[in-house]
Amino acid sequence: MNTYAFTSEELAEIERIKAKYPHHQAAVMPVLWMAQDKFGHVDVDVQRLVAATIDLPESHVHGVATFYTQYFKEKQGKYVLDVCTCLSCHIGGGVEMLNYLEEKLGIKDGETTADGKFTVKGVECLGACGYAPMMQITNDVFVNHLTKEKLDTVIDSLKKDVLPEFEPVPLVQNRP
Amino acid sequence: MSFDWKTYQPMLIPNIPDFHKIEVYEKNGGYEQLTKILKNQTEFSPEAVTTIVKNSGLRGRGGAGFNTGLKWSFMPKPDGGPRYLAANGDESEPGTFKDRTIFEFNPHSFIEGAIIAAYAMRIDAVYVYIRGEYRSWIKMMEKAIDDAYKAGYLGKNIKGSGFSTEMYVHSGAGAYICGEESSLMESLEGKRGYPRVKPPFPAQKGLWGRPTTINNIESLANVPLILRIGAEAYAAIGAKNHPGPLLYGISGHVNRPGVYEFPSGMSIETLINEVCGGMRNGKKLKAVIPGGSSTPPLRADQVVGVTMDSDSLRTAGSMLGTAGMVIMDEDTDMVDVLTRISHFYHHESCGQCTPCREGTGWLEKTLKKINRGDGEMRDLDLLLDICTQMEGRTICALADAAAWPVRYTITRFKEDFEARCKQTVYALA
Repeated sequence: MNTYAFTSEELAEIERIKAKYPHHQAAVMPVLWMAQDKFGHVDVDVQRLVAATIDLPESHVHGVATFYTQYFKEKQGKYVLDVCTCLSCHIGGGVEMLNYLEEKLGIKDGETTADGKFTVKGVECLGACGYAPMMQITNDVFVNHLTKEKLDTVIDSLKKDVLPEFEPVPLVQNRP
Repeated sequence: MSFDWKTYQPMLIPNIPDFHKIEVYEKNGGYEQLTKILKNQTEFSPEAVTTIVKNSGLRGRGGAGFNTGLKWSFMPKPDGGPRYLAANGDESEPGTFKDRTIFEFNPHSFIEGAIIAAYAMRIDAVYVYIRGEYRSWIKMMEKAIDDAYKAGYLGKNIKGSGFSTEMYVHSGAGAYICGEESSLMESLEGKRGYPRVKPPFPAQKGLWGRPTTINNIESLANVPLILRIGAEAYAAIGAKNHPGPLLYGISGHVNRPGVYEFPSGMSIETLINEVCGGMRNGKKLKAVIPGGSSTPPLRADQVVGVTMDSDSLRTAGSMLGTAGMVIMDEDTDMVDVLTRISHFYHHESCGQCTPCREGTGWLEKTLKKINRGDGEMRDLDLLLDICTQMEGRTICALADAAAWPVRYTITRFKEDFEARCKQTVYALA
């Protein structure tokens, strides 16, 4: 059952998105992002809503949603902790940080805590190689230079729904 | 050449507070090159601008290293229909994290460069494709583009010049393959990122079947500098056949990792031992991946005297790629590192071509077997054979990117792999 809907403001925003492209099909990725920000995921029902809203076959929207890893095809924890374990993070302690989080939260890679607060995932390169090990919180803010202590602090503040602040990383030569 | 890196003043990302703000950028000569061109369209005709960029020797910073101006010149003559520029900020190659520094600290040099490119190629709309993971930086770019619109550098009839172009940000959603130019176009069109068969090349049939050019973010950010100092002066910066300032993204076991700006052609040893403050914990160097995970790794003895430019790296047996350098110390387990790299390519293969879809899987499976101590010597030959069956047999270069690290890590760090395989003892049946 499709119980999802966009508001009239959101529908107006979707029209603005469509106007950026010569073909409405191009709106599928931005609209999937919009839907995910609103509903927390893009499961099959949300995909149906997106398809109906921008007049595309459901199969096409499903194909796109499943091709890209950042679209959540099912409900996730409130905070999705994507720990980078790719090349530079792998040699810089990323796996250790992932294991620490798994242990701390009592869940395995890909699982969600029973209270629905946290999902932990080991992920591919996030583009913060010089600041390894690092993680990203729910497709948004990057947390660099992870240590077990820093993870403790971040988890504590997330429990109080306080997101870590953005960490600017200037060109090394331009640092004070 | 007596170049002193200690006194080098960054030009792509200058050390000026709040340089990301449009008013600070303008105060320091920003948008002057664009204004100069638009005011003197006879002297700076689109062809003349393209020639300047071509003569500067600027080579694409996304990995392939193709002459940017030459690429622009491939666009056909306008026929009245729309033409597009896609700026590639997908930046997903492991070890690469440079473009985000431009988004954060000097977005307007990129925007100005992209508008100049749009003028030179008579582009109607510029799509800035940024990887979805960079949400923080996407917001920064959206703000910067908004400011450029408000200041009248984008939109209809820019500064009364008669030239119009639009600019939009498009967010990816987590797919390495979308950094491949034809896959990027598919993604922009709202499809799965399956690379296209070439020909037709993007300049003939690109976005929505119309002439399109795809340039890396850093390449376009160099354009205002070229116009400001002239093609000749730009060509004199750094390495002869690969000139200009370069963003070096250095990660791994060094004391001061991060993004640095220096002229191209910096010595790898200087970068590691001086610029980055040497190896962490006083360890010895074991390996260098010079330009992102797909470029062949070099042993410590292979980087002696090698500089970060295409010629020197080719002679040494690797490539400049994105200049995303990964430095590894003597304790690094190369079998483990290669297993991780192969997992990445298996995960990111789009699955369109059989040699890549199956090959990346077999590379990972076989390497995992070796890594956990169950490998046999013949598995090494099997891996090299799989590489041969992948290289050059697919639509895009992902299969090559997956095969090269396997081929060159095994052949260059043979002892590590053989030692691991020899541990396996099989009882005779």
